[in-house]
Amino acid sequence: MPYLGGEETVRELKRALSNPNVQAEPLRYRNTVLRVVRAMSQGVNVSGLFSEMVKACATVDVVQKKLVYMFLCSYASLNPELSLLVINTLRKDCQDPNPMVRSLALRNMSNLRLPSLVEYVEQPLTAGLRDRAACVRRVAVLGWAKLYNLQPGSDIDAAVVNELYSLLRDPDPVVMVNCLRALDEILKEEGGVVINKPITHHLLNRMKECDVWGQCEVLRVLQRYRPQSDDELFDILSLLDASLVSPHPPVMAATLSLFLSLCADLPAVSLAALERVSGPLLAACGSGSREMRFTALCHIQLLMRSVPGLMGPHFKRFFCGYAEPAYIKQRKMQIMVELVNDENVSMLLDELKGYCTDVNTDTAQAAIQAIGHIGRSYSDRCLEILTGLLGLKQDHITSAVVQTLRDLVWVCPQCSDTVCSALEGCEETLQDSQGRQALLWLLGVYGDGVSSAPYTLEAFIDGVKSEVSLGVKMELLTATMRLFLTRPAETQDMLGRLLHYCIEEETDMCVRDLGLLYYHLLKCGIEETRNVLQGRRSDPSLGVLIGRPAQPISQWACSFNTLEPLKKGGTVTQTASRGSPEHEASKPKTAVELPETLDCSHIHTDPPDSASTGQRSDSAAELPAASLTLSLSPTLSPEEFERRWLQRCSLQSEEAAEESSDFLQTEERICCSAVLQRSPQTLQAAMQLVNIQTLAFTPPSTLPWRVFFYTHTAGTPASTLILGELLYAGEADPAPKDEEEEERKADGEAAAEDLTGRKDRQVEVKVTLKQQPKDEEAVRAFLSVLSTVLHTLSSERHDEHAATHL
Amino acid sequence: MIRQLFILSSKGDPLLFRDFRGETGDDVVNVFYQKVTALPGDQPPVVMTLRDLHFLHIRQGGLYWVATTTADSSPFTIVEFLNRLAALVKDYCGGLSEKSVQMNFALIYELLDEVLDYGHIQTTSSDMLKNFLQSEAVSSRPFSLFDLSNVGLFGADTQQSKVAPSSAAARPIQASREQGGRSEIFVDVVERMSVVVGSNGVLMKADVEGEIRVKCFMPSCSEIRIGLNEELSIGKSQLRGYGAAVRVDRCSFHQGVRLDEFDSHRILRLCPSQGEQTVMQYQLTDDLPTAPPFRLFPTIERDGTGRLILFLKLRCDLPPKSSAVNVCASVPVPKGAVSLSQELSSPDQSAELQSQNRAVVWQIPRLAGGTQLSALFKLDVPGLSSASMLEVGPVGLSFELPKFSATGLQIRFLRLSPVQPAPSQRWVRYVTHSDSYSIRI
Repeated sequence: MPYLGGEETVRELKRALSNPNVQAEPLRYRNTVLRVVRAMSQGVNVSGLFSEMVKACATVDVVQKKLVYMFLCSYASLNPELSLLVINTLRKDCQDPNPMVRSLALRNMSNLRLPSLVEYVEQPLTAGLRDRAACVRRVAVLGWAKLYNLQPGSDIDAAVVNELYSLLRDPDPVVMVNCLRALDEILKEEGGVVINKPITHHLLNRMKECDVWGQCEVLRVLQRYRPQSDDELFDILSLLDASLVSPHPPVMAATLSLFLSLCADLPAVSLAALERVSGPLLAACGSGSREMRFTALCHIQLLMRSVPGLMGPHFKRFFCGYAEPAYIKQRKMQIMVELVNDENVSMLLDELKGYCTDVNTDTAQAAIQAIGHIGRSYSDRCLEILTGLLGLKQDHITSAVVQTLRDLVWVCPQCSDTVCSALEGCEETLQDSQGRQALLWLLGVYGDGVSSAPYTLEAFIDGVKSEVSLGVKMELLTATMRLFLTRPAETQDMLGRLLHYCIEEETDMCVRDLGLLYYHLLKCGIEETRNVLQGRRSDPSLGVLIGRPAQPISQWACSFNTLEPLKKGGTVTQTASRGSPEHEASKPKTAVELPETLDCSHIHTDPPDSASTGQRSDSAAELPAASLTLSLSPTLSPEEFERRWLQRCSLQSEEAAEESSDFLQTEERICCSAVLQRSPQTLQAAMQLVNIQTLAFTPPSTLPWRVFFYTHTAGTPASTLILGELLYAGEADPAPKDEEEEERKADGEAAAEDLTGRKDRQVEVKVTLKQQPKDEEAVRAFLSVLSTVLHTLSSERHDEHAATHL
Repeated sequence: MIRQLFILSSKGDPLLFRDFRGETGDDVVNVFYQKVTALPGDQPPVVMTLRDLHFLHIRQGGLYWVATTTADSSPFTIVEFLNRLAALVKDYCGGLSEKSVQMNFALIYELLDEVLDYGHIQTTSSDMLKNFLQSEAVSSRPFSLFDLSNVGLFGADTQQSKVAPSSAAARPIQASREQGGRSEIFVDVVERMSVVVGSNGVLMKADVEGEIRVKCFMPSCSEIRIGLNEELSIGKSQLRGYGAAVRVDRCSFHQGVRLDEFDSHRILRLCPSQGEQTVMQYQLTDDLPTAPPFRLFPTIERDGTGRLILFLKLRCDLPPKSSAVNVCASVPVPKGAVSLSQELSSPDQSAELQSQNRAVVWQIPRLAGGTQLSALFKLDVPGLSSASMLEVGPVGLSFELPKFSATGLQIRFLRLSPVQPAPSQRWVRYVTHSDSYSIRI
């Protein structure tokens, strides 16, 4: 916070501090010092007053001393030299007969945090450990910890450590606890203070003298101790039993932590401890401090992971107060959902229903989701509430309800009829993208049950140009596709429009790609589309609420009594099997998409395909190495192509055995199963990408299937012309010798062969290349380019095929 | 272990800042405030984390009391400590507010120095602390004519009022030492009710959380004895005789309470330290000895013109001698309600439509036991539909019942021993607050 007039204030204070008249009057002097400190805490930079303040610390007035010391400790690091002057005063104060002054001086001496002053501080600290007054010893013990942290890596003085260990027997309990803390920090690298049997028993016996904070510290340190026998263990446990039900939540929590770590191998004892601690924890849930309530609630959730029924009889304690903050309400609802059973379900639902209209939208949505969770076991009652809420026509409520319905239907497919009838008219109230996505999903999957589904989708499609949410667009595409499968007549036209928009106008790549995918999918026929899109509609295994197995305590014991359970995501692991409300929203989506991707990769690992995949990547890797440049110019007219091709044919037939020096003809087979179904345009576009010009095609589904193409290679010795033909004549023949015959025979008959039957089998396309002049290097490189292109094309097909095998 | 501790006003001005370990160079106060303001609403989560900074805060007296700590520290300890610190500041400064903290910052710094050393909690007992604290509290209470109420007509103290004013305990504990002020002791029985009444008038849930607090302003007090109802029974299992036995389910006591006479005569013995402390806490679940203090009879209708008509009758079932004060009923109404017309039965009541909270708030300053009030609200709600009735949710009541304890717990006597030389005043006060009292419609 910038403080106006800061410089002016500092100058005025400086004048006042050095005024002898002020210094003469103790009260005025003290008030001036007070003003300095006030300015400091308001954010004014008063470091310029350091030397005046050093003088002001030589006083008998303890209040003034305290104020000055606080000032000095804040600014000492800026003025290391001047701070040396203070040391003298401080050391003198350490000899003061008043123990309060001694402890004050000692504390501030160690608080200066200047490594250069360490040598002056050590002696008073050593003396402080043996001081008569407990308050000085308390300060001195912690002073050593401060000193060691000031010079990390310095040697640890064994004498000091021994002295601190012996001070564990100090009559003052705070000194004892401080010794534990100091030793823990000094011996950090060796694993902290060593707890052996005598120390353990000493600490346990002294615990009664400590206050709440000391007890917590002792209990924390004792977690390191491992009892040597069962008898000793049970002695310790029975000593601790009283503090397990302590009315002070910190002691109770620390004791339970210790119990859990001592009884890690004795689950029965641990469970008994959890039972015992439930009373005090519940009491803490009713504490006057809402932060304490929250802390207790979060820890109850932890306990319930291992003992789901722990709070069963007390479910009413988790009803929300109307003035409680949202973070408490949400935790309470999470707990209530876990406590549902046949007896209390109607009460709990009544209670939750009241929260659905909460002013706080987060609370309202959490309540709706909670009802959805209960709906997995008690669907009828919950659906009634949820559908009733739709009547409110408020966007945040409708959105939460639709999302909840989607999640519910995913788990309980038997609800679908009710859900379908509830969906009518929802789209008008929905504003946010999450809610609309949920609605679209439902319309797509259960569109046959919602009479108005096509009209709703049509409204979405009409507005798709102004739609900003990517998720909604993707969901819209899928939903329209799905609806097309169930209600083609009503949907065909709008699907066409949507696909056209997505492919031609949409700028987002994801949407466009999805559009293209669906476009090609539709080309493969309606059956395949159905196979892809109509996957599972539900997953009842995620299901039921009741009878969740208890987790072992060890899963959460280490995070008990830490900040972990209080954090927002603290419960995610806990509800992993059922999904916490915030986690839940995206869950069905991933579950729907997952099989597609999974199965896809599964297909890729099929033996024949993996070969082609491997080959593809190999050739792709080879591609740059071949350093082959293809070009389209000079252009070859179809007539010219035909002339040259036929010329070479005749040439070949005439001089079959002759090796021409300037001419090469070669034949190769490439496995690319699906290239045949590619449209000529796709093939042409793909070939042109690598500068291969296609000249003539047969239509996609006729046999024999032929493609003619040419290209020029700009190789190093000379540029060559390559003419080529892709030929597929029906079933590939493993024996290459009589391929001509086979080809001729297939000519007439194979066209009748079933398209779908063929495509899964391996298809070998025969490639005939004619090159002029001869350059085998270039031909080999060209072949690898060509096969890469063909594999790429056919593997794109594969992705879609893969999807058909859901 | 606490690394830093600071107090922010509700607007985010830093009032106090103390760094105990000198480890973090960041401007933690700003980091915290930015995190708070980045969140919608006025309810930031209790724990917030930024990298290795862990903020844990409580709200007391409208202020943020924030500690930064390590991830493995006990949240119970830190929350309890911050609460205790706020209580100490309240004891020493005589009240908790932005102003009192600002005026007494030197005292609070002094307090912090004694309470925490190097981030470790040393002691929070006011008995120990009083030896170390030297600054004097500056009371922020302005001069007021009400302070003269104890002064009689002719300037003499008249003792006319048998009831301690509620502000009597709001003063710094140290004043008693310096000014030789009145040596007083207050024993308060404070209970909080949380009740849910179903739409059919059936009591669905009734919990009472109670505590006995002792607030001591006596310079030297060796021991006090507090006698509770002799027929007090604890736990569900105990057999009860006939008659109006007072019962609680669970109770727990302050460490310093000696219970040797508790089992036989229900007497608590303790040596109170200066300032406030909770001597006994108790809970009662689902079994009120008397009828719940309020019943509501609502009638909700839509009239033909799209107006919502709420007719509420509120009956107070307290004994005729008692009365409730500061009663406030908040009735959730449908979203978009624009205007409210009201008919209330007396001029001191008031009602307003809070559109931000979507509620009609009906304030009743005082409601005597056995009486009944009614109110008629007419709301204009555009687009009112039958489904909108769902939004007319549970009515929340907040109130204060002075001189009343819901469990029936009473203090039979309060004895000081040895008998104080100076005239001392002993006050026993009862009050029941609403923690959450909701009535479903």
